[in-house]
Amino acid sequence: MKTILSGNEAIARGAYEAGCLVACAYPGTPSTEILENTIKYKEIDSSWAPNEKVALEVAIGASFGGGRALCTMKHVGVNVAADPLFTLSYTGVRGGLVLVAADDPEMHSSQNEQDSRNYAKFAKVPMLEPSDSRECKEFTRLAFELSEQYDTPVMLRSSTRISHGKSVVELGERVTDLPLPKLEKNPTKLVMLPGNARVRHPLVEQNLVNLSKAAATMPFNRLELRDSSIGIITAGICYQYVREVLPNASTLKLGMVHPLPHDLIREFAAQVDTLYVIEELDPFIEDQVKAMGIKAIGKEIISLCGELTPGRLRSAFGLPQPATIPIENMPGRPPNMCPGCPHRGVFFALNQLKAYVTGDIGCYTLGFMPPLSAMDTCVCMGASIGMATGVTKVVSAEEKKKVVAVIGDSTFLHTGMNGLMDMVYNNSPATVIILDNSITAMTGRQDNPASGHTLMNEPTNAVNIPLLCKALGAKNIRVINPLDLEETKRVIGEEMERPEPSVIITNKPCVLIKREDVFQKGPVYAVDAEKCTGCRACLKIGCPAIEWRPAGDGSKKGKAGIDPLLCTGCDVCRQLCKFDAIGSVK
Amino acid sequence: MSHQITNILLVGVGGQGILLASEILSEAAMLAGFDVKKSEIHGMSQRGGSVVSHVRYGTEVFSPIVPEGEGDILFGFELMETARSLPLLKPGGTVVANDLQISPPSVLMGQETYPEGLAERIKAQCADFLLVDGQKMAADAGNVKAANTVLLGAISKRLSISEAYWLKALEKMVPAKALMINKRAFQMGRELL
Repeated sequence: MKTILSGNEAIARGAYEAGCLVACAYPGTPSTEILENTIKYKEIDSSWAPNEKVALEVAIGASFGGGRALCTMKHVGVNVAADPLFTLSYTGVRGGLVLVAADDPEMHSSQNEQDSRNYAKFAKVPMLEPSDSRECKEFTRLAFELSEQYDTPVMLRSSTRISHGKSVVELGERVTDLPLPKLEKNPTKLVMLPGNARVRHPLVEQNLVNLSKAAATMPFNRLELRDSSIGIITAGICYQYVREVLPNASTLKLGMVHPLPHDLIREFAAQVDTLYVIEELDPFIEDQVKAMGIKAIGKEIISLCGELTPGRLRSAFGLPQPATIPIENMPGRPPNMCPGCPHRGVFFALNQLKAYVTGDIGCYTLGFMPPLSAMDTCVCMGASIGMATGVTKVVSAEEKKKVVAVIGDSTFLHTGMNGLMDMVYNNSPATVIILDNSITAMTGRQDNPASGHTLMNEPTNAVNIPLLCKALGAKNIRVINPLDLEETKRVIGEEMERPEPSVIITNKPCVLIKREDVFQKGPVYAVDAEKCTGCRACLKIGCPAIEWRPAGDGSKKGKAGIDPLLCTGCDVCRQLCKFDAIGSVK
Repeated sequence: MSHQITNILLVGVGGQGILLASEILSEAAMLAGFDVKKSEIHGMSQRGGSVVSHVRYGTEVFSPIVPEGEGDILFGFELMETARSLPLLKPGGTVVANDLQISPPSVLMGQETYPEGLAERIKAQCADFLLVDGQKMAADAGNVKAANTVLLGAISKRLSISEAYWLKALEKMVPAKALMINKRAFQMGRELL
């Protein structure tokens, strides 16, 4: 049966067809929807882990138990999972293990654009790279087979355009002849004490040599001879752009980007006049081709930064661009916190208190945007608390009071709680605000260990965040209603003054949560035009439901208005109005 | 290859249901026997940012994104986003736009103004321009949320996909309880051209 699937849906389908039993992940754009699709197959035990390291460890356990296991993450998640990954290549697997790393060239939704292919080489793990949804499915199946055949984890590299692109896929059946998982002891292979690891390392190196040789004849590495004046080595989404823009060029389309099929590359290079390597981000293939003593052109014409597009590829080859319709300058449309978002009042208060805010990864990173403009740093998942501790170590006693870390519930559980442990242990005087909205919001409302539900939407045990902070040794823990501006500003101000660690936890849920027992809209609000003086105070929170309506007489005068379709009745704007002009519509 | 490919862009603001509309279109094209690719960026789209969905169909499609200046049809759910995406359209391409303005944050806060006369300015650049009051027509069909389906109906006659495939795609992609209204909205859009 033919159907249209996204790359992520196709990876989930491939895992299903491959007989995968366990899928584990921490959500991260553009990888999130893989696990949101494995749950459609009841044969796969799918779960969210608190972070990527745990997710990979769960997959490793499933593999050691004899089942096929899938682990997915965004590119930066591999940094978190790198510790087990680098030793997993030594132990090898029992059931096939596939690790999907979804890169984000152009940083559509990420803080960097690191190239995961380097991890494959660094960790000595084979890596496949599909170029559309059909290959996402096929390569996922194949990755499981290679994993068992070569006794190694296999990485599958996707990118935003592959994961979120959709194309036509032919569905297959699930394999049924896999051995049943059961305990089987093999400690000299799986206990990586130095003595055992020394035995394993040469096997890993030999495995990669064997695989590189075998790869020359594997069907996913495809030599397509057309016009021999230009030959292009490429992989993944770049292959599609090459075929689009240079339909007559010969191509060596690599399905496996590590290890490279050296023999096939030499064969191809000998048959073309000028050899190019077209790849996004790092010169990963190019450097290796050049190290083989083969002349090639790559990063001389293709940028190291951002994603490739047909237009950029045309420019690289000096081809004419199609005529386009020009546009005038228009106001931009950046993303914004939702109407009623419980983070808004906290950032409004932090702005007023002139705090130095170490930030973290989540919707609340939008607290950086005007008019809230209350975030000063954001580096990676869980970093806010450690950074706050570090800042307080070097600035004056007066400035220490200004330092506040903000972190979401899911990010706190991911890697932030270690930072709090350190802050409390080493008695740093910073203030931590845990923005607990009961969900992993930015990636699309995924449950987490504190939300009380599993990925399969079953009720489950939940972390009690205030008690967890207490157990970590924090003495000053206060829970606030972030929709109460007076309370929010007062409590944050008091804790900033306190010369010891303190934790403030907000207690209102994300407005996008669909469970009615968690979030329900209140009555909508409206502006009384008679009372509104046009002072613009309510505009300072940047709520998308509040609009400035100019008087229309050319003057700067006007009044505020509230869009009843967008308002959630959070009450924050009413508290800003000194003229009692905002109230709920009963 | 591009002369054999139909390139369609669906643009608007996060939360307008653009992804569903582009999925219905892709499904209809696949049912009609074409190779189809579709691409867009998720993630920030829930948060009210600009959304651009690319749909390409034909005998064999390579790039999932429409190269700049090669779009055949620009399908705008909001006027400013329609104007912003004009460089993706080929000169002489078709624009079907919803007559709707959604103010971005800087306009809501009174720091900038929403560009005036956008529909006329787009028309000045693109002769083949259809402005649709999707909101009103969808309300007439039974639910303002079906505005996207009105627009889909409006472009459906321009594409080499027969009506039966459109209806099959609607049946597959639209929840059962909203199907009647959406079919009505689709027909209203179809009658516009």
